[in-house]
Amino acid sequence: MLKDSDRIYQNLYGQQDWRLPAARARGDWDGTKDIIARGRDALIEEMKTSGMRGRGGAGFPTGMKWSFMPKQSDGRPSYLVINADESEPGTAKDRDIMRHEPQKLIEGALIASFAMGANAAYIYIRGEYYNEAQRLQAAIDEAYEAGLLGKNAADSGWDFDLFLHRGAGAYICGEESALLESLEGKKGMPRMKPPFPAAMGLYGCPTTVNNVETIAGVPTIMRRGAAWFSGLGRPKNAGTKIFCISGHVNNPCNVEEELGIPLKDLIEKHAGGVRGGWENLLAVIPGGASMPVLNKEMCDTQLMDFDSLAAVKSGMGSGAIIVMDKSTDVVKAIWRLSKFFKHESCGQCTPCREGTGWMMRMMDRIVQNKASLADIALLEQVTTQVAGHTICAFGEASSWPIQGMMRAFGPLVRSRATDYQPPQNVAQAAE
Amino acid sequence: MSNQQAPQQEPQHFAFDEISEAAARKAIAPYPEGREISAVKTLLDIAQRQMARTTGSAWLPRAAMDMVAARLGVAPIRIYEIATFYTMFNTKPVGKYHLQVCTTTPCWLRGSDDIVQACKNTAGIGHFGETSADGLFTLTEVECLGACVNAPMMQINDDYYEDLDGARTQALLNDLKAGKPLPPAGSTTGRKASAPASGQTTLLPANDPAE
Repeated sequence: MLKDSDRIYQNLYGQQDWRLPAARARGDWDGTKDIIARGRDALIEEMKTSGMRGRGGAGFPTGMKWSFMPKQSDGRPSYLVINADESEPGTAKDRDIMRHEPQKLIEGALIASFAMGANAAYIYIRGEYYNEAQRLQAAIDEAYEAGLLGKNAADSGWDFDLFLHRGAGAYICGEESALLESLEGKKGMPRMKPPFPAAMGLYGCPTTVNNVETIAGVPTIMRRGAAWFSGLGRPKNAGTKIFCISGHVNNPCNVEEELGIPLKDLIEKHAGGVRGGWENLLAVIPGGASMPVLNKEMCDTQLMDFDSLAAVKSGMGSGAIIVMDKSTDVVKAIWRLSKFFKHESCGQCTPCREGTGWMMRMMDRIVQNKASLADIALLEQVTTQVAGHTICAFGEASSWPIQGMMRAFGPLVRSRATDYQPPQNVAQAAE
Repeated sequence: MSNQQAPQQEPQHFAFDEISEAAARKAIAPYPEGREISAVKTLLDIAQRQMARTTGSAWLPRAAMDMVAARLGVAPIRIYEIATFYTMFNTKPVGKYHLQVCTTTPCWLRGSDDIVQACKNTAGIGHFGETSADGLFTLTEVECLGACVNAPMMQINDDYYEDLDGARTQALLNDLKAGKPLPPAGSTTGRKASAPASGQTTLLPANDPAE
């Protein structure tokens, strides 16, 4: 098990005070000026060497992402935008960082912004996190008052402003280009890429969008060194990660652990085990709603990191582990996710707008034993026409849970098939 | 999302009061010149909060959207499309307490059906989207609110109530019916944030003898 001293988030559960003096006592803002004095290139190199991969879901190497930002401004300002639109079902980790360790995020924002030549950053927090936004704003105000933000932030010679921007309820705004649209005061509809945000992001300016957990980890990596971080976890899957364990476990919880920890260890050591014991396990969604579900056999030996989960055609996503015991109707559980995606489709691309509703209705028929084997095959085929045919990854996100269910529970799903014939000539419009 | 409005309650005029005006000025400040529309969601939120403060119902009448449009110098349709795209804007009146119950899979696995049933029974509401006859409660089914390790949960106005069950939901709503204020947000079992209910397994002083 990871040593407590190697955990980045010492106040994950809010056992201690969140305010600035207590955060400083935990080590935040220690030598920030010296870190910044190392210079932009050294900081980006440190991030590259640390092996940090984005904690929002896609797992893109953070240092490399930072290196895409222009070294010289062409007159346009650069921006850092921090994605705090935590909405992937199962995920509740950034919330704990923002309410219990806000100074880590704020200090990380300064260091990352300096490394990318940004004098301003925005934190886009989901609107429903009202109390978390109040807390984070109070922490930002404290940092301004202490001279850690603003002109010559933390005595570093770098001017830096940090602003909090509240969303208003839309899962899709967690997609980086939809987030930028929303930040610009529009509907959150993803943009075509290229151009990528590093070339043309917020207000048409070079922008990097990073997850809260990615940025909040930066100060500790800079203080303890890339070698410390890359020494944790597994090769190419370095460091620690906050896992959110929900569903049918005895003690649902958040916990920071090393990447590569066995799924079974994670559930048994920290979440009190599966309700009714490990043998009562039916399925686990290992990375938030959009990641394909695993059956028990897969869970027995599964390691929790980006590459190990990709190897079984699933993914670590945001680190959200949704556990289902044998009392669960797994088809209904996945249907509920289909309903989620149908509700959250922004409606921009036809395959997604129409497909999510169609997939939800077909899943509903399987739940109700009103689908034939041919219907189930058609559903599987339709998912492949949605995935990969949309502007953003929502097409994949809405298709993968169904495809994963077919892979992990194919015989069970097909056993639900009947010779039911739906009423003919009933047009069903997408709501 | 339904965008039916209740015409009988539709105010003809809307203007920011002093509290809102101060908040609006602050809201626009973080954005570069010419990019004031970035603050549109915040301005609508401010308007909705003013409605809650002055009428007891947190919603956005057409007049409020038009006022925000005029303030930002854009066509009203730009504001209507924002107000109907984002789920937190209520385009029709809601009860004093807006019960937003999450029923997405992590909450459903932990018994959100019981929470929905307890809300319906206690508030006297038949279906999602309805407001109770006394105007106290509106029940809305919402998608994942990002508190999954404290499921099942619901949001009442600004606050999250977590680790719920049917009985605690009923007790909470009965207190509100009796005129008590909203209790402090968070777990309803006294659990510490997202830590395991049986006690922390990490970040314990005794855990690190090697250090």
